[in-house]
Amino acid sequence: MTTYGSKATRFGFGEGLAELGERDERIVVLGGDITGSVLTSLFKEKFPDRFFSMGIAEQNATTVAAGLALSGKVPFFASYGAFCALRNADQLRISVCYNEANVKIGGGHSGISVGPDGATHQILEDIALLHALPHMTLVVPCDYLEAKKATIAIGEMVGPAYIRFGRESTPMFTTDETPFRLGKGEVFRDGNDVAIIACGPMVWEGLVAAEELAKEGIQARVINIHTIKPLDEEIIAQAARECGAIVTAEEAQIIGGFGSAVAQAVVKNHPVPMEFVGVTDTFGGSGTPTELMKAFGLTSTDIYNSVKKVLMRRSGQWNGFQRMTEVGTEGQHPQNYPKPGTVFPIEELIEADRQAAAEQAA
Amino acid sequence: MPFTNERHSPEKLAEIAREIRRDIIRSLVVAKSGHSGGPLGSADIFAVLYMGGVMNHDPQNPAMPGRDRFILSAGHMCPVLYATLANAGFFPKSELLTLRKFGSRLQGHPGRDMHLPGIESSTGSLGQGLSIAVGMAMSDKLVDRNNARVYALTGDGELQEGSIWEAVMSAAHYGLDNFCMIVDNNDCQIDGRVPDVMNIYPLREKFESFNFHVIECDGNNTAELLAAFDEAKATKGKPTCIIARTYMGNGVSFMQDKYEWHGKPPSEDQAKVALEELGVSQ
Ligand SMILES: Cc1ncc(C[n+]2csc(CCOP(=O)(O)OP(=O)(O)O)c2C)c(N)n1
Ligand SMILES: [Mg+2]
Repeated sequence: MTTYGSKATRFGFGEGLAELGERDERIVVLGGDITGSVLTSLFKEKFPDRFFSMGIAEQNATTVAAGLALSGKVPFFASYGAFCALRNADQLRISVCYNEANVKIGGGHSGISVGPDGATHQILEDIALLHALPHMTLVVPCDYLEAKKATIAIGEMVGPAYIRFGRESTPMFTTDETPFRLGKGEVFRDGNDVAIIACGPMVWEGLVAAEELAKEGIQARVINIHTIKPLDEEIIAQAARECGAIVTAEEAQIIGGFGSAVAQAVVKNHPVPMEFVGVTDTFGGSGTPTELMKAFGLTSTDIYNSVKKVLMRRSGQWNGFQRMTEVGTEGQHPQNYPKPGTVFPIEELIEADRQAAAEQAA
Repeated sequence: MPFTNERHSPEKLAEIAREIRRDIIRSLVVAKSGHSGGPLGSADIFAVLYMGGVMNHDPQNPAMPGRDRFILSAGHMCPVLYATLANAGFFPKSELLTLRKFGSRLQGHPGRDMHLPGIESSTGSLGQGLSIAVGMAMSDKLVDRNNARVYALTGDGELQEGSIWEAVMSAAHYGLDNFCMIVDNNDCQIDGRVPDVMNIYPLREKFESFNFHVIECDGNNTAELLAAFDEAKATKGKPTCIIARTYMGNGVSFMQDKYEWHGKPPSEDQAKVALEELGVSQ
C-alpha cells in the first residue's frame, strides 16, 4: 500500500458526521465546548437546528444523549476521549449500554500523539474500558478515509457505538475501493511468516515494518482491525494458524487493550507466541508527537523489533521469562517519559538564571 | 531576584502581575502551543495570592507542613501558575522556556509526576481540582485541625461540570471556612461566550443558596483582590467564593475579551507586540 498524503482521522469523523446529517434527519449532535477540535463544528454549520451545545458537562451530555436516543433520535456526542470515554464511564455503562440506547460517541485526541497537552489529555485506557462494555461497538479507524466510512457506518447501525480518532495528521492509505464492513478485519498485506495485527494509525506503522522485514525475506501479514468490538475472531484465528506468530500494535495501554482482545481470540483457538506493541502501563507527557511516539515505543521500528523477538521465541532461540509490559528486546525497550531533570538539568537552569541576572545588572 | 511574599501595595502587585504576563507570553511563544487568554486574564489574582502576603508558603520549602495550598482546577491555565511560581522563587525563571517540551517539568497540564515545586496536584480534567481542594481543606480543618487554608481557582466555563456543585455542596456542608475558591469570571470559553455555550448565571445567588460566602470583585484590580482575600480570611463558619470578573487576555489589547484566545499561543510577531504593550522589548 502507498500513501497519498496525510490528514488527521478527526477530519474523517467530522466530514462523515456532516454527510450523515444529510442522509438521516434523526441525527442530532451534542457539543462539549470543543466542537472545533473534534470537528462537530462541520455538522453545526450545516444543521444548526440539530446541534445542541451542552457546555463542559460530559456526564450530562452522555446521559442526555441516551434520553434523545430513547426518543428515536440518533445522537452523536463528541469530545476528547479522556472526557467522553472515562469521565462518563458509568453513564456509558448504565444509561447507554444497559439501555441499548442508540448513542454514538466520538472520542478525539486519543493516544500519545496528542503531543504537548500532556498526560491528562492523552487517553490510553479507552480501549480497555470500552471493549469490556456489553452492547458497545468500538471502532478505531486507521486513516482519514476509513474514519469517514466508519462514522457513517456507526450512524447507520443500531446500538451504542464509540469511534476513536486522533488529533495529528497521519498517513492516508485506504481508498474508496478498500472494503469496509463493521466487525470485519481486512488483510492489507499478505504473508505467512508472522502476522502484524493492528488498529488505528498503527496499521500504517505495521505496513512500514513489513516492508523492512520483507527485505530480509520475512513475509509479514498485516491485518487492519478497525472494529475492536465485535472483534473479527476468525481472521485472527486464521492468522494464528497460518502465520504461527503474532505482533499486535496499538496507540493505547497494552494492559486490557486491543492486544489483550486479540490474545484472547488467539489463545481460545490456536495459541502461538505473541508480542504486544503499545503503551506499557505508564502515563504520557508533553512533547511533540514524533518525540513521544518514539519514546513510548510506538513506531514501525518497535513493531519490527517485536517481530524479531516473536520469531526468536517461536524458534526457541529465546525463551526467558518476560513481564506483560516488556516490549522489544534487550537494549530496545521503550524509554517512556524522561524523569524530571534529565532533559533539562536543574543546575543548567539555575546557571541560566544567574547569567540573566548578571546581564541585567551590567 | 524573586519577588517576596508580603503585603505589597496594590501598585507593586500590579507591576508583579505585569511581569507574570510577560513571562506567560515569553513561555508560550517558545512552546508554540498552549493557552494565552485565561492565564493573562488571571495574572492579577495570582500575583496577589502568592506575592501579596495572602498565602502562607515558603518557596525554599515547598512541602512545608501546615502551609496554605493552591489548586489550579482549571489545569489548562497553568502558564500563569508556572510564571507565578517562578517569580515567587519556587524554581528558576529560565525553566519557563521549557513549557510543554519533551521532558519538561512544566507539562501542558500540571503533572505531579514531574515534581515541580509548588504543584500540589495534577489537574486538567475540569472540575476535579475543586474536589481535591475540598479534600485538602477537610484534612486541614477537620482532621489535623491546623490553621492552613486551601485556595482553588476554577474557570467560569468549568462551572458547567456537575462535579463542581458536588464539591461546593460538600465544602458548605462541612463549614470549611479555610476553603476559598476563586472563579475566573472572564465570560469566555472555547466555543464562545459562556451564556451562549451553557448558561451559568446568576452566580452569586447559586453560591449563596449553597451556603457560601460570596464576594464579587474586579479580578484585574489588585486592591479589590487584596480586600476580597482579607474578607475571605475573616469569614467564619462558611467557605468563600470570590467571583473575580476578569477579561480574557487582559494586558494585551488584541487578545482582550476574545474567546478565540482561549487556547492558542501568540506568534513571534504577536508576542513582540504583546511584550511592547507590557512595557518591555523582549
Ligand atoms: C472534563 C474536561 N472537559 C473538557 C476539557 C477541555 N477544555 C479545556 S479548557 C476548556 C474551556 C474552559 O473554559 P473556562 O473554564 O471558562 O476557561 P477559560 O476558557 O476562560 O480559560 C475545555 C472545554 C477539559 N480539560 N476537561
Ligand atoms: Mg472562562
